[in-house]
Amino acid sequence: MQTYPFYSSGCLTVRFVGELDHAAAAGAMRAVTAAAEEFLPRRCVLDLSGLSFMDSSGVAVILRAKRMLSATGAELMVSSPPEQARRVLELAGLSELLIDTERKEVNSR
Amino acid sequence: MKAENYIKLEFPARAVNEGFARAAVAAFVSQLDPTLTELGDLKTAVSEAVTNAVVHAYPDSLGVIQLRARILPGGELELVIKDKGVGIGDVERARTPLYTTGGEERSGMGFTIMEGFTDKLRVRSAPGRGTTVTMRRRLTGRG
Repeated sequence: MQTYPFYSSGCLTVRFVGELDHAAAAGAMRAVTAAAEEFLPRRCVLDLSGLSFMDSSGVAVILRAKRMLSATGAELMVSSPPEQARRVLELAGLSELLIDTERKEVNSR
Repeated sequence: MKAENYIKLEFPARAVNEGFARAAVAAFVSQLDPTLTELGDLKTAVSEAVTNAVVHAYPDSLGVIQLRARILPGGELELVIKDKGVGIGDVERARTPLYTTGGEERSGMGFTIMEGFTDKLRVRSAPGRGTTVTMRRRLTGRG
């Protein structure tokens, strides 16, 4: 899996591309941690649009990132999950972390 | 129940094989012409079961994971993921959402996801003898 951090005016976006499973989770967490330490963002968005697969290991990465960022007062949101990752997020009770445009789509189902 | 088709696989409990197990099941199940949602659900359920075995079953050695997929009459898929590892002392507790012994790297949602994405989930385990996870899901397919 690849990670692509992008920082602009207080918001850190980290785009995940590939399969976010147990084998990839530690690397993904390291990438988010390194980018957060470098940019000290007020807000972080994990862009899941490039994920071809995600399971509960991805849920753990999102929850860890959220805890890490909240320690510095930053918030974490999740955007654009493909359907498979969206179903995992919903089952894990993380729909509330989806940014607004995504949440509307979820609620309309 | 007589299977209409099946596969049996065996591989060492390495993380790199999680993706292999998902891909193998996806390729096998394609003959049932599943929807993308069904395919995603099955890959996720397999990934959770295999990851559990990789993470928990063999803390001190590199053990073996067996995976069996069977197509049953009526378009039902049965998945069996079996290890001969340390086993689970309290299966009921292990199945509780958010419960994990894996530390902060694990979400504790594995069994919850397996249960949510299949029709039936059975977990048989004995400490010191291993764990067998059996899941069934009826596929409606695209036809």
